[in-house]
Amino acid sequence: FRNPVHMVTMGQTRSESVNPDLANERQTASFSVEKLTAWLDGGAERTRLRRAVVDAIESDPVFSRENQYFQSQNERYEAAVRKAVHLQKKMHEMGWSEDGPEFKYIYRAVAGDVAFLLHRIFMRSISMLGSDEQVAKWIPLASQYQLIGSYAQTELGHGTYLQGLETTAVFDVTTQEFILNTPKISAMKWWPGDMGRSATHTVVFAQLYIHGKCYGIHPFIVQIRSLQDHSLCPGIIAGDIGPKMNFEHIDNGYLMLQSVRVPRENMLNKFCEVQPDGTYVRRGSQKINYFTMTSVRISLISGEAIPPLMKACTIAIRYSAVRRQSKLKPGEQEAKILDYQTQQEKLLPQLAAAYAFHFIDDYLQELFDRGYREIQRKNFDTLPELHALSSGFKALVTQYCTSGVEICLRACGGHGYSLLSGLPSLYTKIIASCIYEGENTVLLLQTARFLIKCFMAASTGQSVPPSVTYLAAAKPGKCPAKNKLDFLRPDIYTEAYQHAAVRSVWRTGSTAAKLQDLIQSGVKKHDAWNRCTVQLVQAAKAHCHYITVKNFAETVEKIETKGGIQRIMKHLCDLFALHGIFSNTGVFLHDGYISGEQMDMVTASYLDLLAIIRKDAVPLVDAFDFTDKSLNSALGSYDGQVYQRLYEWAQKSPTNKQISPAYGKYLKPLLHNRLSKL
Amino acid sequence: MMNADLRRERAAATFQTELLTHILDGGADRTRRRKEIEALVLNDPDFQHEDLNFLSRSQRYEQAIRKSALMVMKLREYGIADPEEIYWFKRTCLGSFPEPLGLHFSMFQKTLETQTTDAQKEKWLPLVHGVKIIGTYAQTEMGHGTHLRGLETTATYDPATQEFILNSPTVTSIKWWPGGLGKTSNHAIVLAQLYTQGQCKGLHAFIVPIRQLGTHEPLPGITVGDIGPKFGYDEMDNGYLKMDNFRIPRENMLMKYAQVEPDGTYVKPLSDKLTYGTMVFIRSLIVGDSARSLSRACTIAIRYSAVRHQSELKPGEPEPQILDYQTQQYKLFPLLATAYAFHFVGAYIKDTYRRISGDINEGDLSELPELHALTAGLKAFTSWTANAGIEECRMACGGHGYSRCSGIPDIYVTFTPSCTYEGENTVMMLQTARFLVKSYTQVSSGQRVTGMVSYLNDLSRQRIQPQHVAARTVTVRINDPVSLVEAYKARAARLVEAAAKNLQAELNHRKSKEDAWNRTSVDLVRASEAHCHYVIVKLFTAKLAEISNAAVRAVLTELCLLYALYGISKNTGDFLQAGILTDAQITQVNQRVKELLAIIRRNAVALVDSFDFHDVHLGSVLGRYDGNVYENMFEWAKKSPLNKTEVHESFHKHLKPMQAKL
Repeated sequence: FRNPVHMVTMGQTRSESVNPDLANERQTASFSVEKLTAWLDGGAERTRLRRAVVDAIESDPVFSRENQYFQSQNERYEAAVRKAVHLQKKMHEMGWSEDGPEFKYIYRAVAGDVAFLLHRIFMRSISMLGSDEQVAKWIPLASQYQLIGSYAQTELGHGTYLQGLETTAVFDVTTQEFILNTPKISAMKWWPGDMGRSATHTVVFAQLYIHGKCYGIHPFIVQIRSLQDHSLCPGIIAGDIGPKMNFEHIDNGYLMLQSVRVPRENMLNKFCEVQPDGTYVRRGSQKINYFTMTSVRISLISGEAIPPLMKACTIAIRYSAVRRQSKLKPGEQEAKILDYQTQQEKLLPQLAAAYAFHFIDDYLQELFDRGYREIQRKNFDTLPELHALSSGFKALVTQYCTSGVEICLRACGGHGYSLLSGLPSLYTKIIASCIYEGENTVLLLQTARFLIKCFMAASTGQSVPPSVTYLAAAKPGKCPAKNKLDFLRPDIYTEAYQHAAVRSVWRTGSTAAKLQDLIQSGVKKHDAWNRCTVQLVQAAKAHCHYITVKNFAETVEKIETKGGIQRIMKHLCDLFALHGIFSNTGVFLHDGYISGEQMDMVTASYLDLLAIIRKDAVPLVDAFDFTDKSLNSALGSYDGQVYQRLYEWAQKSPTNKQISPAYGKYLKPLLHNRLSKL
Repeated sequence: MMNADLRRERAAATFQTELLTHILDGGADRTRRRKEIEALVLNDPDFQHEDLNFLSRSQRYEQAIRKSALMVMKLREYGIADPEEIYWFKRTCLGSFPEPLGLHFSMFQKTLETQTTDAQKEKWLPLVHGVKIIGTYAQTEMGHGTHLRGLETTATYDPATQEFILNSPTVTSIKWWPGGLGKTSNHAIVLAQLYTQGQCKGLHAFIVPIRQLGTHEPLPGITVGDIGPKFGYDEMDNGYLKMDNFRIPRENMLMKYAQVEPDGTYVKPLSDKLTYGTMVFIRSLIVGDSARSLSRACTIAIRYSAVRHQSELKPGEPEPQILDYQTQQYKLFPLLATAYAFHFVGAYIKDTYRRISGDINEGDLSELPELHALTAGLKAFTSWTANAGIEECRMACGGHGYSRCSGIPDIYVTFTPSCTYEGENTVMMLQTARFLVKSYTQVSSGQRVTGMVSYLNDLSRQRIQPQHVAARTVTVRINDPVSLVEAYKARAARLVEAAAKNLQAELNHRKSKEDAWNRTSVDLVRASEAHCHYVIVKLFTAKLAEISNAAVRAVLTELCLLYALYGISKNTGDFLQAGILTDAQITQVNQRVKELLAIIRRNAVALVDSFDFHDVHLGSVLGRYDGNVYENMFEWAKKSPLNKTEVHESFHKHLKPMQAKL
């Protein structure tokens, strides 16, 4: 009986040896993996620091995620609290601080699997919205964990649209207190993290009423649990909202307020204050709040959206180099599934996207830093552009990464569905990012609103922000490519994307203009807007897609690192760009910018690239440098000992350890036909 | 009391929902019978149970076993024996979830019925029907799935004792995934490479006892267990099975076709074509399941969108229903149309299979290859589309869709494996492509082909008179479904031809057939998709003519148009590149899609009501028939395990000590 290498012999120990199928892939890398890793990290020094932090966390047994897939919601929650508490100790021991360079690596290492993430949002909202006295009072308590905070904005019946919130805070002049109420069930706070079980305090957003007049949404600090015994405070009904697709470790909560009184000083009053006699005073500009949202969305892209896609690619590509299925050539052993064109067509574009978005993150970060410097000088001019880009890219990247992770999951055949593959958890977690911090469709419409405004301004000769100047400079024309190699030229495909984006914005703009006429003739403005929204969403996506391609091409151009990095990045950039055209042919064919004949060239070049990048696929995911512990996947480990690990991990399942009463209670009577006696 | 929004929606419908329900069920009689059977379950206190979302995996398994056992007894008590009626009954018991005994009644029983000799039938079938034994079907191994010939489990015949010795020689050969294998079954049909007289005779099926009757302990030489937690399927004990020199009597090989005689002589089977039939049948079930799963997700999302209010469209007015937003309609209504399309496709395959399998018994297999090829592709096409559609529905419910109380996560995790099981979808598409290329080659060599691929016959005619292609371009009428069928047909023909030509070009460059096939496989999958898409539009359109009630026909025509036009707007490149539609027509198509959204809007709730799912089938707080969403979300959340005590034990264990130390 033949025993080819891919068949793992029984009794073979979980080896230090790497599966030869993976080892071979690494030997033929066309570039230096270590150099690419360092370049992605922003320098070898940062790679070293990252590895040191990750190692310190992963070697600490409290942070182990070994049994995570077998734990109940209660166990996951308890572990997350234990880890959060231990992390404070660890950071103290290691001399790490929240604003130090280590912090983002800590988050990467614990893979978000800790409690009290909302505690940080609580602190940030006080810092942003509170007066100096309020900051001085609350921040030390919070940073010492004398209280645990949450952030209660979303309600059962109201999410994205803040003005629609129904919670009320009525000012009582006689006692100098606000009386907070949940007037009906849809007004219950719903979803805030850490609120169901952990938090003692929360920032509650409520409609402020003074002398019967509504002043809109304001933030209030409300204590919800006793600092002594953690029991609920009078007038508070709070609890966990129940199981979700993921985040079992977080106690997302509900909160009902029944005439809860808080002192006047508990309204966060940096921008507006209620004076003792009930006079309402507004001060300063709230524009800075937009800036906070922008920063949250940008950090979400790098923290929550891109790493799961990188991990999913790592797991799926390594597994595809180990898994063999069917024969490509008669008489030979079964082929690695990575050698199938259809498998490459699923996975390699996702890999290219992971790189593309890594570079977009750099781009946004730079833009943000520049904006931040301006804002410190009280110049808010960059804010609209920053807001539009961060909204659009939050939507584009989370959506793209979500579907990418799912493609990776389904590319792993049956084993992808096992939790032990790590892929289902990556997926169920990343999908939430399409909703939180702004639902994606709503965000794209915000970007579109900005684009239309810029388009209108540009067409009347006014100046527009740098990222949209192309809208004015657009010239009609045809794609100049003459053969399939021309489509490997960044200028050619970037131009094509630019054309598509301009056309999309322009079409929407002109439709909007047409509808402006309609408005004047009686159609309501909001109806006009609503009727354009499908188009507007497409325009916003086209804009972000164009910037991603352009930025990728420029990044490749600027690469100075040696070791074959530029060549392979160029291939990935080409692949990302051509995949976008190949998957949206209509957009480029419509109006004849790219001809049918040219489209066949695109397809040919695109398919050629798959075969080229295939050779470096494993080294390209190795360069992301995820440890086995952080992947937590039986399919994706560095050594490729997939089957042995799957078998060992399955033994640990509680279903194999605990005795199920099902046999004695139900199966046995069924087999003996005594069920009717039950 | 019904939510006021939903009441208004229902009152405004332009057609009678029951009439459409009858069409979906296949007649008013069948609707009535279905409701009778559902009532048996709904009114039976024995089937009441706690919400599964709050239970651990072991508890969910236990509940599922309880229900399985109960269903066996009740079905017998009520004398329900028709497969479809059994299905209605079970679906109402199980909601979205699988049952651990499922494979006993499907694959185990069916295989024993079809692949055994009379003597074997006599021995095993009474045990199976009486549930004296519980069995499953163990084919997939840890290292081998779709490619059956790669399986490694061995069954070596020992003439001295007249036994087969079963072995799992490697880790990769361990049976992995079969449902009900881990904890429930005491027998399994095991697929293994047969060795006799020193020769490998390929894959054969064997009945293998795995657990001791009476004690349920694994037998000596058998290692069996649960493969651990998965993406859904918590109720199911998908299992592993390792055999070490495990002996079974010669009579345990299923011998209807191939046989091993006592001395070890191997007798070859006559024909194995018939096993095709089972595959076609199972895949046709998946097409139906795609329709139902997507319908359930649409029901939840559309009802919730009618109840949920958000933001403002008109300044100063109350927040509108989110169903009034064009972007929301654009997410949901094409999926609603798709769900209807898939219902009709599922019914078509089932009928065709029934008709052909009649012929099979009379020996006429001529239509089987096409049906086999078609169901492979349609299985992939519908499961991929439904899979993405269910997720789209969940996302359209915003944050609450993510909560388990929405029910959509359960629909999704239960449905999504069907993209992989019973034939991985990409492999399925390539099977269909193989048939398409074969048909194309026949046409090229002057033969005519029949059935759904007969449009390929036109290709040769076009080559003679190319101007006809151009002439046809302008005749596509975008408001006429029949004309759109022609457009889809032209697209399929073009993509099949392009793939076949690319394949030929690769063959001209390279020697190996397999290599050329691999290098064309992306094109081939696209061709298959286009073919399936055409078939679906065609079947949906054909259905319209059968509907007598004018109001129902009108609303289904709108859905059919939306399905066809939306499909074009998502694949404009194919239609433009082939010159089937012009730029101007594409612009019209996009515009028309948006107009149809507004037209379908008024009937949206009625159209999901027509699916006639009971709240028990939906398992969703958001999708409740009465629309009382928020109060019931609160009631549901109170039952969360984290809420069992007011102060969680973590406070005493971790929080308090930390605060004391800092």
